[in-house]
Amino acid sequence: MGSTSEFGRRDLIKRAAAIGLIAVPSMSVLSACASGGDSGDSNQVDKGEKSATNPLAINEGAPLDVVIFDGGFGQQYAKDAEAEYGKAFPGSKVSHSATQKIQSTLQPRFNGGTPPDLIDNSGAEQMDMGTLVGKKQLTDLNALLDAPSVDDPKKKVRDTLRPGVVEMGQFDGRETWILYYAYTVYGVWYSKTNLRKLDAQYPETWDEMLAVCEKAKKKGIAGWTYAGKHPYYLPFSLYPFIAKIGGREVLDKIDNLEPNAWKDPAVKSAFEAYYELYKKGYILKGTPGLTHIESQTAWNEGKALFLPNGSWVENESKKTTPKDFQMAVGAPSSLDKSDKMPFGTIWASGGEPFIVPKNAKNPRGGMELLRIMLSKKSSQNFIKQVSSLTSLNGGTEGLSLPPGLASSQEALTKAGQNVVNPRIQDWYVALQKEKIGVAAIGELMAGRATPDEAIAKIQRFADDTAKDASVKKYRHK
Amino acid sequence: MQHGKYRFIAGFLALPLAIYGVFVISPFVQAIYYSFTDWTGLSPDFEMVGFQNYQRLWDDEVFWKSVGHNVLLLLVLPLVTLGLGLFFAFMLNVGGRRRKNAAIAGVRGSSVYKVVYFFPQVLSIAIVALLFQFAYNPNSGALNSFLQAIGLDSVQPDWLGDPQLALWCVMAVMIWCNVGFYVVLFSAGMSSIPKDFYEAALLDGANRVQTFFRITLPLLWDTVQTGWVYMGIMALDAFAVIQIMTVGPGGPDYSTEVLAYYLYTKAFRDGQAGYATTLGVALLIVTMIFAGIVMKLGRRERLEY
Repeated sequence: MGSTSEFGRRDLIKRAAAIGLIAVPSMSVLSACASGGDSGDSNQVDKGEKSATNPLAINEGAPLDVVIFDGGFGQQYAKDAEAEYGKAFPGSKVSHSATQKIQSTLQPRFNGGTPPDLIDNSGAEQMDMGTLVGKKQLTDLNALLDAPSVDDPKKKVRDTLRPGVVEMGQFDGRETWILYYAYTVYGVWYSKTNLRKLDAQYPETWDEMLAVCEKAKKKGIAGWTYAGKHPYYLPFSLYPFIAKIGGREVLDKIDNLEPNAWKDPAVKSAFEAYYELYKKGYILKGTPGLTHIESQTAWNEGKALFLPNGSWVENESKKTTPKDFQMAVGAPSSLDKSDKMPFGTIWASGGEPFIVPKNAKNPRGGMELLRIMLSKKSSQNFIKQVSSLTSLNGGTEGLSLPPGLASSQEALTKAGQNVVNPRIQDWYVALQKEKIGVAAIGELMAGRATPDEAIAKIQRFADDTAKDASVKKYRHK
Repeated sequence: MQHGKYRFIAGFLALPLAIYGVFVISPFVQAIYYSFTDWTGLSPDFEMVGFQNYQRLWDDEVFWKSVGHNVLLLLVLPLVTLGLGLFFAFMLNVGGRRRKNAAIAGVRGSSVYKVVYFFPQVLSIAIVALLFQFAYNPNSGALNSFLQAIGLDSVQPDWLGDPQLALWCVMAVMIWCNVGFYVVLFSAGMSSIPKDFYEAALLDGANRVQTFFRITLPLLWDTVQTGWVYMGIMALDAFAVIQIMTVGPGGPDYSTEVLAYYLYTKAFRDGQAGYATTLGVALLIVTMIFAGIVMKLGRRERLEY
């Protein structure tokens, strides 16, 4: 060390470092994907020859570019379907890539006007569907839905899908922007084995639920656990519970962001019932600090009986699930006799949203691959590989299903028409996940907010979203 | 000769200045420009919306909450980290008892300690955050197991799941992995302070505390100030630790939300890149204010030796 020059050179460097180090990365990240390119669709490949084997008239020699979300379901099922595509159109070259970072990988490509031909837009880094639709970045999939299905050329693809799947992919008009490939059953997950050990059955009423929990508590087992750090898993059983108590309209009003939608008595009854689980000490100690994986593991270890989750849990928790666990899903228990919907009412909806970008070079090819994926062969391949249902109605004949999936199938059969599908989950992601989920329901179940406080908070969040001009709004028709 | 000096300097500086302009200045300008648009980040078209984003920022509860957290981090992190760093460095270098011929020395085994302290710095922040996430697990984590082992069964906090504790848990981790660096940095600084100063002080009968405040700290002030700036930068960022440890996102009830993470969610989850750049501008302003304050407060006369 010695004297410094009169320049204040060191000051200058320090100052530059201080400003540069933080500001530059955070800002240039954003600007790096600055806009460029035009939105014209002039760069599309030519149409091919329409035939019985090529109903979408794809260009048989054009390359196909596919990006798959590499999450709970992996990517093998997509690779297998791509191989089928390659077999059907030997002249084409399919390039496949898989990532967990859908948005950061694809955002620059969307901005530059060169998106891939088919995307599985899923996972924590999902691109916001509302924005994509609002900015006209997607291809209408009605052409695919009206094409004949692979298995039965007399049937349209549209008619082979499970009820509600097409509607989920629509936003305002009649265009279908998204095709949900997987079919998820949400609810209260449990182990038949662990319930049998307690001499209990899945509780069909809330009183039974409390009784089972009490029984478990005496043996040092918790009734419930949930993904405490991601409390937006709680709605998987809580929302259908609300619909069961007060009818579908309550959820529709919530989805429509109607004023005072959350002040409905059904919401309050449901919240109070869940809050009782906390007050009576039926929730596994430490649950608010657990991730989804940690809560699933604790549940697998028999530390808790019930877990609100979706049907992907069977595949996701495969490594920690004991062999004789006999995983099953239950519909929300009845609160009392005045419930508007019968026991069995459950939340089921499409998962793994597939999209074909508007500026894709080969959008027909993207749709054709989807058509192949919706064939019985590819669909069964998916079911076998990842033990989840697909949007193809049926298709499980002749397969021996793992216990969780078999019970999902049973639950769907039992529910019949009483399947609910709260759209708040895909329409208003930020509101559903962090505001309602983390900041309200999470606090409620951790015992840090009363039902009334939680409801007031949620209503405020919902009102804020309704007022927020930067969020595109949707309504049930 | 004199009149050609600036042209001469400018000639040499042209290229670096151009590079700086393209890669540093232009993104700034661009980002500021985008903060006045409704750009989604998902499509190339957008419109100018004037000050709409800034108005929204002003009314945004979560934004103010995250600014508050950043300011808290800014106050606590440097203070604790540098304080500990100074204390340890002093003990390792001058805090030991007098032995043999050396007038000043560190405590016994100081070279080993230095390595131990520095170790966390070698680990990637992602690994550190993951490790601590396990330690904080309320069911099977090391912390609660330890509390149980010493008989504190009734005290079993949710750590990262508790809005009162989550941010402090994150801070503890950030301090843990940064102290080592400052121990080494300050040790280097201290070793360049001439030994005669200490000898003179010892002859005058100064004790350890006096030596520290009268000699070590003043002569180390430049290093401390630099450390303060760097620690401030860590405090303004905190992105990685928050992202990995409090996967809420942003912790229970926004209790660990910070500007950098909020910006990220707006840009990459909600498709509101325009608003995210506005947050970026806000972050830039906070940073400049911080840098300005540190420079002002830290200015004092330089000692030469």
